[in-house]
Amino acid sequence: MITFMNDSDSEEEPCNERTSLMSAESPPVPSYQDGLQASEAGEAQAHRKRRTGSSRSPNNIADGDMSESGVPVRESTLENEEEELTLKYGAKHVIMLFVPVTLCMIVVVATIKSVRFYTEKNGQLIYTPFTEDTPSVGQRLLNSVLNTIIMISVIVVMTVFLVLLYKYRCYKFIHGWLILSSLMLLFLFTYIYLGEVLKTYNVAMDYPTLFLVIWNFGAVGMICIHWKGPLQLQQAYLIMISALMALVFIKYLPEWSAWVILGAISIYDLMAVLCPKGPLRMLVETAQERNEPIFPALIYSSAMMWTVGMAKPDTAARGPSQQTWNAAEDGRENHRSPSHADSQVSETRTPVPTRPISSFEELEEEERGVKLGLGDFIFYSVLVGKAAATASGDWNTTLACFVAILIGLCLTLLLLAVFKKALPALPISITFGLVFYFSTDNLVRPFMDTLASHQLYI
Amino acid sequence: AFFWLVSLLLASLIWFVSVHLSDREDAKLQYGLLIFGAAVSVLLQEAFRFAYFKLLKKADEGLATISEDGRSPISLRQMAYVSGLSFGIISGVFSVINILADSIGPGIVGIHGDSPYYFITSAFLTMALVLLHTFWGVIFFDACEKRRYWCLGLVVASHLLTSGLTFLNPWYEASLVPIFIITLCTGLWAFFTAGGSFRNILKCLSCKQEDDSRVMMYSALQVPFED
Repeated sequence: MITFMNDSDSEEEPCNERTSLMSAESPPVPSYQDGLQASEAGEAQAHRKRRTGSSRSPNNIADGDMSESGVPVRESTLENEEEELTLKYGAKHVIMLFVPVTLCMIVVVATIKSVRFYTEKNGQLIYTPFTEDTPSVGQRLLNSVLNTIIMISVIVVMTVFLVLLYKYRCYKFIHGWLILSSLMLLFLFTYIYLGEVLKTYNVAMDYPTLFLVIWNFGAVGMICIHWKGPLQLQQAYLIMISALMALVFIKYLPEWSAWVILGAISIYDLMAVLCPKGPLRMLVETAQERNEPIFPALIYSSAMMWTVGMAKPDTAARGPSQQTWNAAEDGRENHRSPSHADSQVSETRTPVPTRPISSFEELEEEERGVKLGLGDFIFYSVLVGKAAATASGDWNTTLACFVAILIGLCLTLLLLAVFKKALPALPISITFGLVFYFSTDNLVRPFMDTLASHQLYI
Repeated sequence: AFFWLVSLLLASLIWFVSVHLSDREDAKLQYGLLIFGAAVSVLLQEAFRFAYFKLLKKADEGLATISEDGRSPISLRQMAYVSGLSFGIISGVFSVINILADSIGPGIVGIHGDSPYYFITSAFLTMALVLLHTFWGVIFFDACEKRRYWCLGLVVASHLLTSGLTFLNPWYEASLVPIFIITLCTGLWAFFTAGGSFRNILKCLSCKQEDDSRVMMYSALQVPFED
């Protein structure tokens, strides 16, 4: 799901262990999140954990779903100004989301193309028990559909479980789950990944160095994601863990099951977020009622929280708080000023993400942010990675899927700006991606190959 | 880029269907179908460029009505340039990326009797094509804006001509040289369409400061927009 941060209430939210780390005067704006994405991310982790014999599966899903949060109340000002601002910041945030999605995909595609390990078939996850090594096409199709059904039902069960956990305020459990799952990701999967990359390039590394590197990487990652850290470092870590999870999915999902699962997940996403009784929507509404912050570590935030000039200058608020919030009143005052001042305000906003955290401003600045669930990153990367892995060694298919996904993301963000409520980020992009993958692989590729063999250009 | 991809998709669909409906063994027929497919693709690309122009016009109007001073933040010329550039980039990338990927691997160019200059000529052709798409974008949008349909026809014709010239590969003198001449001419045409002139170039090259006094004189005579 994509969330669009709007004006927030100015009441103090109940302080829990998370919010105590943030500046006291800023109620974190709950953001819409696609818990499904996060829950899928959780699923992936659950799968991996199951594989490695640990039994922490519920944690991941909890994590995923905890990335949901409520909608802040919108106060209305002049229609036009709001619209213009929405468009202005919407466009900027589209770009700010393009960059991490692109980076994640680049990492996945680069790994797939160079490291053999992730394209070798080496067993399947327990959630996709039916094999695809069947003699007939019909049997294979049936097996992949059954795999998909099992996978989706596991996801649904986990999501509902998470909603229940959240409803009955079992925060400690969810927190613990979250921490354990990111521990596993940051240490175990990084170790495997590093090992494979070193093997591919035939670079020797001794165990003490390896231990040092992985320990530092993992420890800094845990701190950045769950506590405080520079925003860009946090974003980088989130991109890396999304890429790692996507790589695991690419490796362990059999061919046809992967495509059917992608399609089914986007349908489920659509239903879970938009239907009134959907689990994700219920989660969002519950979080809204409680006006609670979202759990970090499963949401990517494109903007920074920037609250300054109050009683307690708090640098701590920046990093881990995935929340962007708008000081509605002050923001609007700025916007009512004449256009040149407005542009001035927006100019001071643009350097926000790159300015060092320690600088303070006199006026209260805020950045409207868009949040994207990590599950979205993962499934986009799975699609592009699968295209890179299985499309007959062709780069055109990969590129076509990449463009299709970005355009889908753009459209979804446009819809977000129009509807201003939580939206599923998967359906449009994945649909475009799937359509482009199959059509490019089967139709465009022979055409372009024939043209290229005669050195013809169109 | 998306629009270009969709046009390519449709063109390949047409070609694919035509190939499957025809006799596979007949090489001449297949070559003819290829030419047909390429021509259809060119026409579809231009059609989608037009569709994109329409879309951008609508968006431009929308932005203009929303913005405070009644003008959209992006001029149509910038949009034309960006659209042409993106068409060019995606077209160039699609043409050349597989060749680049193959060029890393072990192999000998032209061992089966093809030209040994395949890679370098592909590179030059791709560069020409990217530039051409950019120029065509600028000219096309300007022609649509000013309703000069002969310009449109000329752009489409030059695209068809360029694509047709590549059919003369590997006779590179006949294909590369004319294509580069076309690129230069189209570039100059786009430059003048976008409002450039010799004076602009000279001013740019001499890095002179803008003469601001004249601007101040005008602003003193005009009613300021906002108080």
